[in-house]
Amino acid sequence: MLDLVFLIPLLPLAGFAILVLFGRKLGNPLAGWLASTMVLASFGIAIAVFTGLFQRQPDNRSYTQHFFEWLNVGHLHIGVGALVDPLSMTMVAFITGVSALIHFYSIGYMEHDKDFTKFFVYLNLFVFSMLMLVLGDNLLVTFFGWEGVGVCSYFLISFWFERPSAASAGKKAMIYNRIGDGGFLLAIFLVYSRVGSLSYTYIFSHLNRISPTDMTAVGLLLFLAAAGKSAQTPLFPWLADAMEGPTPVSALIHAATMVTAGVYLMCRINPILHLTPDAAHVVAWVGAATAFLGATSACAQQDIKKILAYSTVSQLGFMFMAVGVGAYVAAIFLMLTHAFYKALLFLGAGSVIHAMDDEQDVKKMGGLAKVMPITAVTFAVAWLSIAGVPPFSGFWSKGDVLQNSWALSPGLWAIGAFSALLTAYYMGREFSLVFLGESRWKGQNTTAKSHELHPHDPRFVMKFPLVVLAFAAAFAGFLNLPFHPDFVFLEKWLNPVVGASLLNHNFSIGAEWAFALVDAAIAIVGASVAWSLWKSRSDRENLEPGLLQKAWGLDNAIDRLFAKTSERLAVLLAGSVDLKVIDGAVNLIGKLTVSSGKIFRKVQTGYVRMYALFFTAASIAVLAYLMTRVAS
Amino acid sequence: MNSFPYLTVLLLIPIGAAAALLFVPGKYKKLIHIVSVVTSVAVFGFSALILDEFKSGVAGYQMTTVHSWFGSLGIQYSLGIDGISLFLVLMTTLLFPIALAGANEKKNTKSFVIWTLLLEAACLGSFLATDLLLFFIFFEATLVPVYFLIVQFGYERRGYAAVKFFVYTFLGSAFLLVGILALAFIHQSQTHVLTFNVTQLANTHLDSMAEVLLFLAFTAAFAVKAPIFPFHSWSPDAYSESPTSGSILLAGVMAKLGSYGVIRFDLGLFPHAVVMLAPLFLTLGAIGIIYGGIVAAKQKNLKRLVAYSSLAHLGFIIMGAFALSNESVSGAVLQMLNHGIYTAALFLLIAMIYRRRGTHLLSGMSGMQKSAPILAAVFILMVMASIGVPGLNGFVGEFLILAGTFITHRWWAVVGVLGVVVAAVYLLWAYQQVFHGPEKGDHIESEPKDLTMKEGMVLAPLVILVILLGVYPKPFLDRITPSVDKLITHVEQKSHVNLPIPAQPTALSVKAFPLVSIGQRVQSITELSGPRPSLLSTGINNSGGDTKSCRNYMWSPPAHQVSLPSISCQVGIS
Repeated sequence: MLDLVFLIPLLPLAGFAILVLFGRKLGNPLAGWLASTMVLASFGIAIAVFTGLFQRQPDNRSYTQHFFEWLNVGHLHIGVGALVDPLSMTMVAFITGVSALIHFYSIGYMEHDKDFTKFFVYLNLFVFSMLMLVLGDNLLVTFFGWEGVGVCSYFLISFWFERPSAASAGKKAMIYNRIGDGGFLLAIFLVYSRVGSLSYTYIFSHLNRISPTDMTAVGLLLFLAAAGKSAQTPLFPWLADAMEGPTPVSALIHAATMVTAGVYLMCRINPILHLTPDAAHVVAWVGAATAFLGATSACAQQDIKKILAYSTVSQLGFMFMAVGVGAYVAAIFLMLTHAFYKALLFLGAGSVIHAMDDEQDVKKMGGLAKVMPITAVTFAVAWLSIAGVPPFSGFWSKGDVLQNSWALSPGLWAIGAFSALLTAYYMGREFSLVFLGESRWKGQNTTAKSHELHPHDPRFVMKFPLVVLAFAAAFAGFLNLPFHPDFVFLEKWLNPVVGASLLNHNFSIGAEWAFALVDAAIAIVGASVAWSLWKSRSDRENLEPGLLQKAWGLDNAIDRLFAKTSERLAVLLAGSVDLKVIDGAVNLIGKLTVSSGKIFRKVQTGYVRMYALFFTAASIAVLAYLMTRVAS
Repeated sequence: MNSFPYLTVLLLIPIGAAAALLFVPGKYKKLIHIVSVVTSVAVFGFSALILDEFKSGVAGYQMTTVHSWFGSLGIQYSLGIDGISLFLVLMTTLLFPIALAGANEKKNTKSFVIWTLLLEAACLGSFLATDLLLFFIFFEATLVPVYFLIVQFGYERRGYAAVKFFVYTFLGSAFLLVGILALAFIHQSQTHVLTFNVTQLANTHLDSMAEVLLFLAFTAAFAVKAPIFPFHSWSPDAYSESPTSGSILLAGVMAKLGSYGVIRFDLGLFPHAVVMLAPLFLTLGAIGIIYGGIVAAKQKNLKRLVAYSSLAHLGFIIMGAFALSNESVSGAVLQMLNHGIYTAALFLLIAMIYRRRGTHLLSGMSGMQKSAPILAAVFILMVMASIGVPGLNGFVGEFLILAGTFITHRWWAVVGVLGVVVAAVYLLWAYQQVFHGPEKGDHIESEPKDLTMKEGMVLAPLVILVILLGVYPKPFLDRITPSVDKLITHVEQKSHVNLPIPAQPTALSVKAFPLVSIGQRVQSITELSGPRPSLLSTGINNSGGDTKSCRNYMWSPPAHQVSLPSISCQVGIS
């Protein structure tokens, strides 16, 4: 069954190709159903391959399928192939599953959009790229997917391109990502020059060819790439702007899948990080900083999606914290559960935005639980999951991360625990403002549209994914339960890939219980404080400081530091240097020639026959000279 | 040996058609235009035959033709094609029909078509000539048609642009002619044979000073033509004032005459000087990449923007050529083809935008994606190809160039990677200004909104190639690499410098720590602790065999080299 793996990326690619060629004929909604079916079929194949892999012995769970040779130049031999192992198949399974659900949801969400077909063109291309990213058997195929998802993200953020803010946000995302991509490229070059190959299995079996300094460089360069893609400090401002895209895009790309690619990459290169503790510690502390900055920023946002965006930044920070301390299983565990509850939160937010006629300000909502019960209940499940209230999934996965971070440094744990408290709080704030209290939208037309609002739960094709994801968000924690060695399914499953580099730190049973109780207390306290503060009030300006609204001013600082400086440099180079100095010198020589005599003035009039004459005359003179020389 | 003179026939088709068209009265515009398109398509078809005939895996010249021309002067009519020129020839034969078919010159069609066909012959001749003087004649002969194309069919400042272009490049060529003659005379003084044959001249013994001077004389012409920073200032004017076909041919084909000259003649004839001056030219390439990108970001005219972006891309090609690794030079050769494809497509698309909006100014357009979604889609595809997104052609070349440069000259590659980031900034900014945002209604009513069938047909081959070359570059590179490998070996042998290579995946055992240092330059090895590889001290590859591993990047002529007779440079011979 493993040899079916080529179909997993091929099906979405086929969907993309069909939609590019015949999408307009298929139209709305057939194009959407085709795209969704392709991804669903891909999910089916993924389950089959997953099962095939599961049936093998744990030490034999690695299978490479070679597609074709990409190039052979000099000493560089690169092929395109898929590496099937527990890590890649875990990624593939949840990517195709969540993608399929979001595809179906989009059929409803985008039904009135004039570019309905184009939306699914991009969506299918995105899924294909994402699958290549995680399945690639060498760094270059991963990089191909890496850039592919970046490009799709660009297309989809600026999907409503007529809005200048959307167009700028797309470009911004692409440029931030490109900075990271530069790091990825340099890492590829460094690995190639030392190891002579880009294939993962080859690199990991020849790590002794890389000196410690270079190893740290590779680790940090790849982390730069991951930081760009996964919105880590200081490269996260693009993710908040990325909310300009349609909400299913935010759910799929900017919450569940693409932004976790950085975490995947870090887990994939775990043998390298294992050998360079310095780089790993940088990852852990940057992750902690991001968790804190994201969580604090999320507390002060008013836009329903921006709260979720900063929440994603913060949660990704938790994942990198886990990676940095060597708790790769915890990172993947959190990634999985996060994919479920964050996708659910975004889709719920999408339903709300739909129902509110494109209103995104939570201060203008309220009381929606009564009119949108399904959305409210599923949203509440997601809230309790992300807050870490037991027994929802977030409790188990975040607890796993926090406990492991203690092993490296209690300080790291403290930052994480505080961010977790804020997580429970800001999500509680969002839930209360949107769904509880008095409605603040009745009687007023929220947008320019004239009809009155009648918010209600969405149609089935959108409701169904909410329910499925709510179940996943509630119960995904059972993938990796700490009570007994037999229950850590995920850890045992991933062991062949990350086992050798895994953090080995055994806590006593008492310590584990203590961590669990503290985690639960944090979640419950955060959630109840938010509930009591925000359930019936929407104006507490003292709790929303301006600095946090602007996400610590990082965006402005980067803008001032780099964008303005390079703008000035560009003006200088394009204006003064190029036109006046370089071209000026050329023109000066021309002018000197002109003013130096009437003969040259004639040259400048531009009769080409003059040049031809000069050229011929000169050539004849030279040839004549030659002939005399040769003859003599 | 092929008996059929493929290459001569290839040259004769456009010349013959141009000659025949001289006798057709100028009023039959449609007929003349169709004949020219058919001719150039026939040339392309014939070049496809050459591609079919071309033997993959052979390093040297194929389908050679040699005829004595001016016997006593040693000038030969000799043509040949190898992996370095093969795809440049094919690119030329592809871009000319596209330029002709995409052109919209209503007045004086006859003169336009004849000059274009003559230009095609001259460009093909330059890529095929294996005699230096023959090359020079073709190289110079490209100037006249282009001059007339700009002057007769260009935009407002065409006179200024044409003169600047002509004088600037002509000046560069003067150095080239002097260099060619001097090299031939030195060769004659050593062997008593006066020849301009490239292969024979490559064996000339030159002392350091003479080699550097000759190298600079040759490179003056190529640096202007490419252009290499800071000799580029004619190109934004020439590109932007040219008619569309002129821009396509200048940037797509003629720029490659410069970079082709560098790879074919600089590397082939002056390896010693190339190695010595490589840091200088790598730096100029790197400056071109960054500088071109930054200046492009501030351009208000789309054609000037593409001109500066070309400067950046040529910077990559120059960097790859002077980095002197198999990867980077192969990448540079491939990138010449890639750049020709997407730059031609961009100029075509800009012409299509001009047709609809009547301007090249970025400020005059906005939101075009709404009324012309297909045009926008092709444009963004070309933008993505040009900023090097994997899966499209631009990435393959850039990746090979940078990977190869990283091996031999690490820090220049780092600057090159910065250029990759900059490229995204200016091209996406340009795309946003033209296609995104609310639509401004300056659409010219009589013109179609989105791409027409004919425009689509002109663009289709380029779109296909952009994707094909990106997804499956292997068949292209398989034909390029043997010739490049041969060239690199030649450079190593003649310059007595062993160029660094990466660690070898297969030939070496795995356990020993010294292998860490394989492929490193001396500086970085000294940073390492641990046992030093003893291989390092020898400095050259005198062991042979499959472990070609000692890669010391130092200037140390081996002992046996010192005993060679030293040859003095005599430019004037008595």
